[in-house]
Amino acid sequence: MLMQGFSTAVTPINLLFAVIGVLLGTAVGVLPGIGPAMAIALLLPVTYGMEPTAAMIMFAGIYYGGMYGGSTTSILLNTPGESSTVITAIEGHKMAKAGRAAQALATAAIGSFVAGTIGTALLATIAPWVVKFAVSLGNPSYLAIMLLALIAVTAVLGSSKLRGFASLGLGLAIGLVGMDPVSGQGRLIFGQPLLTDGLDIVVVAVAIFAIGEALWIAAHLRKTSSHTIPVGRPWMGKSDWKRSWKPWLRGTAFGFPFGALPAGGAEIPTFLSYVTEKKLSKHPEEFGHGAIEGVAGPEAANNAAAAGTLTPMLALGLPTNATAAVMLLALMQFGIQPGPLLFEEEPVLVWALIASLFIGNALLLLINLPMAPLWAKLLQLPRPYLYAGILFFATLGAYAVNKQAFDLVLLLVLGLLGFAMRRFGIPVLPLIIGVILGPRAEAQLRKSLQLSSGDPAGLFSEPVAVAAYLIIALVLLWPLANMVLRRMFPKTALGFDSLVEPAFAEPEANEAVAGQTGANAIPQAGDVPADEHHDTGNGSRPRS
Amino acid sequence: MKPVAAWLKGRSELGFAALLGAVGAIVLVDAIGLKVPYQQSDGLGPKTVPYIVATLLLVCAVMLAINVLRGGAAEPEDGEDIEIGTPIDWKTVVPLGLVFITNIIFIDTLGWVISGTILFWGSVLALGSRNYIRDGLISVALAVGTFYGFYLGLGIHLPAGLLKGVL
Repeated sequence: MLMQGFSTAVTPINLLFAVIGVLLGTAVGVLPGIGPAMAIALLLPVTYGMEPTAAMIMFAGIYYGGMYGGSTTSILLNTPGESSTVITAIEGHKMAKAGRAAQALATAAIGSFVAGTIGTALLATIAPWVVKFAVSLGNPSYLAIMLLALIAVTAVLGSSKLRGFASLGLGLAIGLVGMDPVSGQGRLIFGQPLLTDGLDIVVVAVAIFAIGEALWIAAHLRKTSSHTIPVGRPWMGKSDWKRSWKPWLRGTAFGFPFGALPAGGAEIPTFLSYVTEKKLSKHPEEFGHGAIEGVAGPEAANNAAAAGTLTPMLALGLPTNATAAVMLLALMQFGIQPGPLLFEEEPVLVWALIASLFIGNALLLLINLPMAPLWAKLLQLPRPYLYAGILFFATLGAYAVNKQAFDLVLLLVLGLLGFAMRRFGIPVLPLIIGVILGPRAEAQLRKSLQLSSGDPAGLFSEPVAVAAYLIIALVLLWPLANMVLRRMFPKTALGFDSLVEPAFAEPEANEAVAGQTGANAIPQAGDVPADEHHDTGNGSRPRS
Repeated sequence: MKPVAAWLKGRSELGFAALLGAVGAIVLVDAIGLKVPYQQSDGLGPKTVPYIVATLLLVCAVMLAINVLRGGAAEPEDGEDIEIGTPIDWKTVVPLGLVFITNIIFIDTLGWVISGTILFWGSVLALGSRNYIRDGLISVALAVGTFYGFYLGLGIHLPAGLLKGVL
């Protein structure tokens, strides 16, 4: 199957789109304010008329390319655009300051290649097994798994659960708009015929990711330009290779499983990888001053997590991060139903996509090693052009879908919502996942009850469903259990905090932050439940 | 500043809680107004899920309000080009919004080439660029380029508007 995928992916036109994808991906990874999810959202209208396979190949290139580009800026500029590259910035930027930028970029790029390749191989091996298991599940199990994904993304990621659920509620409400497919009733359409078909998901995605973000940045645009460390061509010496290869493999082992879990994300594995490397290193004194292991491991973890994320996305139709969510929107836009049947119904597309991930990874290594200094030049793009460009292309794309000015009104309203969400610390991801999964979960719920003739017990008729509900209960009750544990063993909890904090804090501000969190740790734990993550949040959220 | 205004100033998040409450209320009222034809095959009906969503939103609104009143505060989103801790620069955001609305009003009558030029030029100006001529040339190039790009490359015909016949 994979061989067949390669034969589809290496046709000149698909190769061309893979190249365009990785170039665009690296560019948006390097550029501030725009990430892979926003880039794909902006491209959705343009790819509307394209061959789905070619479009998905391009999107996969953007996804992987964004990771490579993101590590370049965090090393050269100390500006981690995504929370998953925060750790890379700690050691990577120190290395760059010490004149070892070339080695840091090299270990990041080669490590990403190694992890991405292994991760994609794991995806190709595991996804068919997941599908085999998933096709045997009934509606109640799907419902439970979707609810698990919704709640895990909402409750585990982000710094405040309460704000996560607020975002989820808004997303579900947006998903309700339009004709109810079962009863034919119009919901939340206020007599507007234009709303009968529901809000166009492309418009929602572009508004929340592009308009909201551009307005938010415009409101706080940095006036002082930041300083980039000049760099030559990335390379590594023998000792760098020796110190890098094990962290790459260990990082991959951390990254893939976490990426594949709903709400596993890339932050936890990069952090775990960093802590592990620090412990295992023969040069622990170098950590905090530019240790190459601290770049190699987390970067590998980050890329392996990206591959892991695609497993539930392709095998179950469950998006677990923003980029996967937008890629799933793309599939839906092409009229392709995401879910376990995807492998059966669209084998050509799925395997070509997986094959193109291998190709894209190799391309990224080729274009990133020699061209890193060139990419860094992109940062000189004047900011007014960058953000005006985002607004311009967002408008153009949203208008081109249906060619009605009404969509632009929606774009503005939802864009202002995205702006307000960023202002008030409401995470964007639960909203998007809610818009995507909400209607599908409702359909599963109604089918399940239909099968059990309205008996709610039918929702628990399958063991997988029961297991999923148990995990949901655990996720929701965890803060409570955590609070009890902290009350009972205050010393252990404090010890854990001091272990976690320094690595997450900005190295320069290390002492100040460590002192602050030490004082905060105990009162925070007993405070309002919604705030218990504040002390580990560090203010960094995934960039859209 | 009046004491009430001063008190409210640090608690603008209450506004977001009110928004959540309003959306929740709208979902609730809309769901109540639905007429449900009795269908054997659909025991749950179209109302149940909106009720759940409305409840979630209303509970979140109340809890967010309580959280804010008890001193909880949001963490505004950080980013590479963001200077966190600065007040919102309304002198940039409001003109951007106005330019955006101008485009909505005129896109169908003036056509994409003109309204798109206004959109990009206006946005660049609002964002602080003062290189008027270069900005203008880039704006026109972008608007014309996308018009023909969509026309020839994607087969999407953007409105030509006033320039119909010229383009």
